[in-house]
Amino acid sequence: MDGQTLSLVLFSGTDDRLNAASVLTAGAAAMGRKVNIFLQYWALDAFRADRIRNDHGVAPEGDAEVVRRHRGQHWSEIFRQAKEIGEVGIHACSLSMEMLELKVEDLDPLVDDQEGVASFFMEVDGPVSFI
Amino acid sequence: MTTANVTRSIDARGMPCPGPLMSLIGAIREGQVGDVIEVLSSDQGSRTDIPAWVNKAGHELVEVAEEEGFARFIIKKVR
Repeated sequence: MDGQTLSLVLFSGTDDRLNAASVLTAGAAAMGRKVNIFLQYWALDAFRADRIRNDHGVAPEGDAEVVRRHRGQHWSEIFRQAKEIGEVGIHACSLSMEMLELKVEDLDPLVDDQEGVASFFMEVDGPVSFI
Repeated sequence: MTTANVTRSIDARGMPCPGPLMSLIGAIREGQVGDVIEVLSSDQGSRTDIPAWVNKAGHELVEVAEEEGFARFIIKKVR
């Protein structure tokens, strides 16, 4: 792996933000960067196996119609491709898991495991972006 | 380089960023050294991303041709 790890905390569970995060992840993985992702709150909820392909809406400032019109790949597919080509770890925040009453088996297989916040920071070697 | 040398062609026209690049990376990984891969992309991001990735990954960008509404990239897998 080359260069600094891309560390992302995903908080929002809307499709526009998750799509933007998946594109950043794919780009970083393509360029040989390790990617370390921590899923909290509504982003974690969006990774539930039974709902990942649902319509998760867009950010309050967004226009849902613009996003729906765009014939892109689903963000879950972009994350999957990023994991195929690079070193991408997707971790569920254990506190959010508890709050949402989720078990690891409730989550899409894109999620590697659940961990505490200190474990996430074990793999952080630079700035953390919060989306 | 003529199209006769192309081992595999990927028509990624209409696919948005980063789809064409991801398709190219997949084809390179599946291919053999010496393979020549053609990617057709209408995505503007590909125009910077494909050359950047090919350079970073150590392959050879044989040709970039502007066509009507898309670009044709010819990449040789060298390692």
